[in-house]
This record gives sequence, structure tokens and C-alpha cells, in this order.
Amino acid sequence: MPTTYSVGELTAYIRDLFDQDDRLQSVWVSGEISNLSMPASGHWYFTLKDRESQIKCVVWRSTVQRINFRPSNGDQVVLHGKLSIYEPQGIYQIYADAIRPQGVGDLYQQYERLKASLEAEGLFDASRKRPLPAFPLRIGIVTSSEAAAFQDVQNILRRRFPLADVILSPTLVQGMDAPPQICTAIERLNRYGDLDVIIVCRGGGSIEDLWAFNDERVARAIAASAIPIVSGVGHETDFTIADFAADLRAPTPSAAAELVTPSLDDLREAIAGLTVGLDVSFRSAQRGRREQLAGFERSLGHVSPVGRVRTYRQRIDDTLARMDSMTRHRFALLGERLASRTAALNAANPEAILARGYAIVTRREDGQPLTAADAVPGTPITIQLADGRVSGRIENEEGR
Amino acid sequence: MAAEELSFEGAFAELDSIVRQLESGELPLAESVALYERGRALSAYCQGLLDQAELRVSKLNEDGSLTGL
Repeated sequence: MPTTYSVGELTAYIRDLFDQDDRLQSVWVSGEISNLSMPASGHWYFTLKDRESQIKCVVWRSTVQRINFRPSNGDQVVLHGKLSIYEPQGIYQIYADAIRPQGVGDLYQQYERLKASLEAEGLFDASRKRPLPAFPLRIGIVTSSEAAAFQDVQNILRRRFPLADVILSPTLVQGMDAPPQICTAIERLNRYGDLDVIIVCRGGGSIEDLWAFNDERVARAIAASAIPIVSGVGHETDFTIADFAADLRAPTPSAAAELVTPSLDDLREAIAGLTVGLDVSFRSAQRGRREQLAGFERSLGHVSPVGRVRTYRQRIDDTLARMDSMTRHRFALLGERLASRTAALNAANPEAILARGYAIVTRREDGQPLTAADAVPGTPITIQLADGRVSGRIENEEGR
Repeated sequence: MAAEELSFEGAFAELDSIVRQLESGELPLAESVALYERGRALSAYCQGLLDQAELRVSKLNEDGSLTGL
């Protein structure tokens, strides 16, 4: 009984065979692109064919971003990749990691030559790039007034930064006449002046569609603009000469509008943040002042004269007390002396002597004390006694 | 200049500078109170501008004149 496989089992087996083959892990293959599909996922799908056969190809988005060329149906290309099985459909296909035009067509050569020469000239130097304003209140747009890109840009600006004035300088954006028109549109905006930034943009298209932005004149007009220029041409993967000459390259027109403007939400947040900062810093300054004031009050307490006043007051009290006691002592001394003098005085009082029984005898005629020599009989005398006076005369003399 | 005469950019820049000055904390009281009040007014003015803003779109003609779109 032969083994019966399910479809999935058999397909997995075939896939293993492919994956084990070293040659199929890295192949170079050339052919013509057909059935090209570039869905929104960003991956590319196409069929590579020649007169004999065809192989399906896939380029993942991550690879697409590295490729600076945009294939279209009929292009002869050389690609590199790995061949494997896509099991859900049971098909083999090449997962390409590199792709380039075969023999490098005219356009591609032109592009590379111009890019190299302008680069050598210094037109793309980082030092030439000007900073973009934080608040582009006046924004110039160089594109076609009918372009979807113009609508996209307006929508983004309306949503993000409706404070802006938008001034369209209309121009063709593809075809032979586009390059001189783009230059004129840029120059016109510069003459108008008073703009903060210019967006030069165009939506996606084939490499030929975008070719006007690989024109030397356009690159020079962009570099010569006095107003900073942001480019947004084609898709993420398209790098035009205009992009290199611009002050800033945006991957798409919408991205250009986003790159040049602050968002309304960010602005509101910034203002709210500043307002909080205002409150916080004001309050903290007030707190600082209060703390400083409290510190001053403490310091004032330390150097206050109140303490000294108290000391002085005490000293005055002490002095007064000392004066008081000194004075009292002095008076006491004086009192004692007075008493002793009084006693001495009393002792010398003649009345006291009379009281002890003595008498004072004076001559009546002149009041002089009587001496024995004077005492001739008959001399009138006055005798002072303790309790009064008596008069008399000398009777006789006695034994001189 | 009265806040109402400033552009959004001017008002925003002044608000920013006021916050910086207040943060430095070395201003006399009267001045910092005045700055604080000015800052509040600028903040309200900026918010008001954003609330009322409506994108104006015009086309630049060959003769340098503008046509509203």
C-alpha cells in the first residue's frame, strides 16, 4: 500500500527540497517585469518573464524601502533573491532582496550623474541645511492645485496647526514644462516673502512621473530659496534630487506637512505645561521669600537690643541699691557722732554745773566775774544759782 | 505690548521666558507678581488662539496678489 500524502504534506516536502538546495538560496535572474502590483501593505508583487518562461516575485516592504528605483511593467531588471515555495498556493517564487534596472537605463544614469555632480559641488551639504521654524505661521506650498497631495497637506495642516496661513504657489508637477514652472513657483514665493517655510510636494507616481524633481534647475531653485524648503515627493522609497537639495526631505507630502508643524495637541500640552510651571515657580518663589523672612526674624532676635536694655536696667537697679545702703550707713555714722557731741555739749552746759551746787559770782556794776582781788568789803555782787539770782555785798576779806 | 497684539509665536515665547524668569527666583516681589499675572494672561491668550484658529488657504497669483481658496 503506497503512502498517501495530504496536499499540505506534499507541499511541505517540496518546500524542504527547495530550501535545502544551496543554489536556490541565492540566485541572480534577469527578465521583464509584468503584472506589477504595489498594494498598501508596501510589498511588491510581480511576474518576471522572458520569451521562454515566467517566475513570480515578491519584494517585502523592508526591502522596498532600500530600493531607490521604482519598477513598472515592461522594465528589464536584474534581481537577486531566494527561491522558495509559497505553500498556500503551491507555487514557487523568488523572494527578492535586490533589484535594479538592467543595463541601467538613460534616466537612471542621468539621475546618478546629476546627483554626483551636485553633491561634489556641495549643494547637498549638511551645512547648507537651515533649521525649520518652531511655529510656521505662514506656509508656502509648491504643487499643483488639483493634486491630491495639496488636499492631503491641507488636511494635515488643518488638523495639526490651524493657526497657519497657507499660500499655494501653483505649478505643473510632471511633464516637460514642470521643472521651469516649479522654479518659478519657488521664486514667486520668495518674492512674496514673509513666509516661514515652503513645502515642495507631489504625490506618488512612476519614476517618469516624478522626473521633474530630478531636474537640475529645480534642485538649484530649491537651494537658492531664501525661505527654508521641505520636500515631499512621491512615496517613502523615492529619493529625488530635489529631496537632496531641500533643507529637509519628507517621505511623502503628508509627512512634509507633519514635519513642518507642531501638533495642536502638543501645543496645548506645552501651554498647559508652561502654565503649571508658572504656578509652581511663582509659589515656590513665594515660599522662598517667606522662609527668608522667617530667617531674618530669627536673626533679628539674636541681635536684638532688648537683652542689652534688660542688662542695663539691672545694673541701674544694682547701683541704686548700693547708693541706698551707702547713704544709710553714712547717716548712721553721722547720727552717732551727733549723739556724742550732744553729750559733750551737755557736759559743758553751765546750768548743769550750777545744778551740781556751783555758783557764778559777778560784780554788779560791770557783770565781770568777781576775783578775790576785787572783793573789797561792800562790793555789790550778783550770785547766779541753779534756780535763780540773788544779790548781796562783800562783808569782809578773808585771809589773802 | 498687550497680549492681544502678539502673534501666537510671540505670546508663546514670552510665556516661556516668563516661566524661566520666575524659575530663577531672583526677582523683586512686585515684579514677580506682575510677571505671574502677565503669564496667566498670555497662557489664556494662546489657548484662545488655538481654540479659534481656522486654517486660511489662498493662492498666489502671477502678479503677486492672493486669491482665497
